[in-house]
Amino acid sequence: MLDKIEKDKSPRLDLYGHTFEHRLLLGTARYPSPDILRQAIENSGVDIITVSIRRESARNPSGQRFWDLIKNLNKTLLPNTAGCLTVKEAVTTAEMARELFDTNWIKLEVIANEDTLQPDLFGLVEAARILNENDFKVFPYTTEDLGAAEKLLKAGCQVLMPWGAPIGSGRGLNNVYALKSMRSYFPDVPLIVDAGIGAPSHAAQAMELGYDAILLNTAVSQSGDPVKMAAAFSDAVHAGREAYHAGIMEPRDMARPSTPVIGTPFFEIDNDK
Amino acid sequence: MGAGITGLWQSLILAQNGYSVRLIERSPKPFAQASSIYAGAMLAPYCEAETALPVVKKLGIKSLELWRKHFPETVFNGSLVVAHDRDKGEIDRFARFTDGHRYVDRKEISNLEPDLSEQFQEALFYENEGHVDPEVALPRLLEAAEQAGVSAEFGVEDFAPPAASVTIDCRGLAAQDVLQTLRGVRGERAIIRISEIELARPVRLLHPRFPLYIVPWSENRFMVGATVIEREDAHPPSVRSTLELLSSAYALNPAFGEAEILDLSAGVRPAFEDNCPRIILDNQRIYVNGLYRHGFLMAPALATLVERYLTSGEKDSEIIVEDRSQW
Repeated sequence: MLDKIEKDKSPRLDLYGHTFEHRLLLGTARYPSPDILRQAIENSGVDIITVSIRRESARNPSGQRFWDLIKNLNKTLLPNTAGCLTVKEAVTTAEMARELFDTNWIKLEVIANEDTLQPDLFGLVEAARILNENDFKVFPYTTEDLGAAEKLLKAGCQVLMPWGAPIGSGRGLNNVYALKSMRSYFPDVPLIVDAGIGAPSHAAQAMELGYDAILLNTAVSQSGDPVKMAAAFSDAVHAGREAYHAGIMEPRDMARPSTPVIGTPFFEIDNDK
Repeated sequence: MGAGITGLWQSLILAQNGYSVRLIERSPKPFAQASSIYAGAMLAPYCEAETALPVVKKLGIKSLELWRKHFPETVFNGSLVVAHDRDKGEIDRFARFTDGHRYVDRKEISNLEPDLSEQFQEALFYENEGHVDPEVALPRLLEAAEQAGVSAEFGVEDFAPPAASVTIDCRGLAAQDVLQTLRGVRGERAIIRISEIELARPVRLLHPRFPLYIVPWSENRFMVGATVIEREDAHPPSVRSTLELLSSAYALNPAFGEAEILDLSAGVRPAFEDNCPRIILDNQRIYVNGLYRHGFLMAPALATLVERYLTSGEKDSEIIVEDRSQW
């Protein structure tokens, strides 16, 4: 019964040779205030936070107090090429991010459609190849498409980040079957569900499928109480991970009582007598 | 110090309460360096509660009365919050996070705003909100302050406060030289003019990524704004921001496509980390700052809090603090 747990050689999240306790990654955009952002990050205990630099990047970043505040959170930063529409734009943004945050980690978004924010898989593979050749550690925002995933790995990516649903939609896991296939197709690649998560139950569900981590932003930052919601997601991710390791029962096709009742004598216990 | 919206209200309220007030401004031309000239100047304490702390709403409601009393041109037609059908969830979310509103249907929307696109099936109406035209209000406040006895001095670079005086520092972002946690938050806006469209009140269009508001100003002008970007520079808006702003306006009513663009610009608002203003008492100097995007909404109420503190020593408000080095 314990075999499965012992077989799990990596109880900690391993991303490009760095290990992390926490399997929730949080975005830093659109919180009611930087103060609430900080409390949410601290309260959830996450190790990695993403920062979107396209619009909020400074031409002159020195003395930008918002960045000081982000840096002072002392978390591992994963800059994000959010909203980039072309390979060139994404590569340039990644280079700016490397300079600004002093890290070669980059969450790579190449967006095909500004409305749905679907990834442009062709551009994504191309940008990933260029960035990997330039010593970046690329975290590509992709779909559950296995062909694209293979090409991303071939282009040098060591982590894949398929969507649950389009960015900001909060619809949860739109294609559970495909996410399951991806998990079993790439058993040794760290897989992070990125985007589309709305409720903690969605995050738990992805972790129950065996995903390594969850990345989300809107579901926390736009909730009524981001501090509380960040903690709720943290709990859900932990619960899903534990459940995956514990081994979830198979669903049965009919309701049946878990204790045989036929022939079981019932006693009425009444302590007052 | 500082003749933006904060300093103007402060000097007006103090002068009316019998204080001898000098209003010192670094800019030679009135309002040229004030971030408040870029404001939408909505007086919307209920709507702003979507993201603002409760004290902002409380002070904002007080300010509404002060605007009513001191600036008769203030329009109290409320505000309207709409969303496209597919973003309907945003309306319910906004309703959940705020109060002082009621749901209105398409018929009532077209009664309230006949020129609004007919595609909106549902809206939130905040009856008890108002708005002003900042380009009218700022000069009028200065005039009122001077009539009340304020001596306003522009183009003053160096200022040594006379002994036995209190300096009220309303310099906005310029006070970053003293206030360590004050940061700038960029906002971009367009001012357009069109005579075919009339709006009686500010309209907010909710959107998951590009929320927008349009405020009707005098002379057929409309202010379309305003982004909230965590960045301190005030260079002109990008093409992308402009497209987002103007195409959202176009969606409210395609006739906006024919409007003239009078101005495209960006301002930087001063904010503390919780986006809530503070009155910081520091011996002979009082800092009033961090009004964020609520300058017109907060300034009158803050001015009366300072006046009450000076007059009676009252500092019974969660936004009055004394540990200046913490800010």
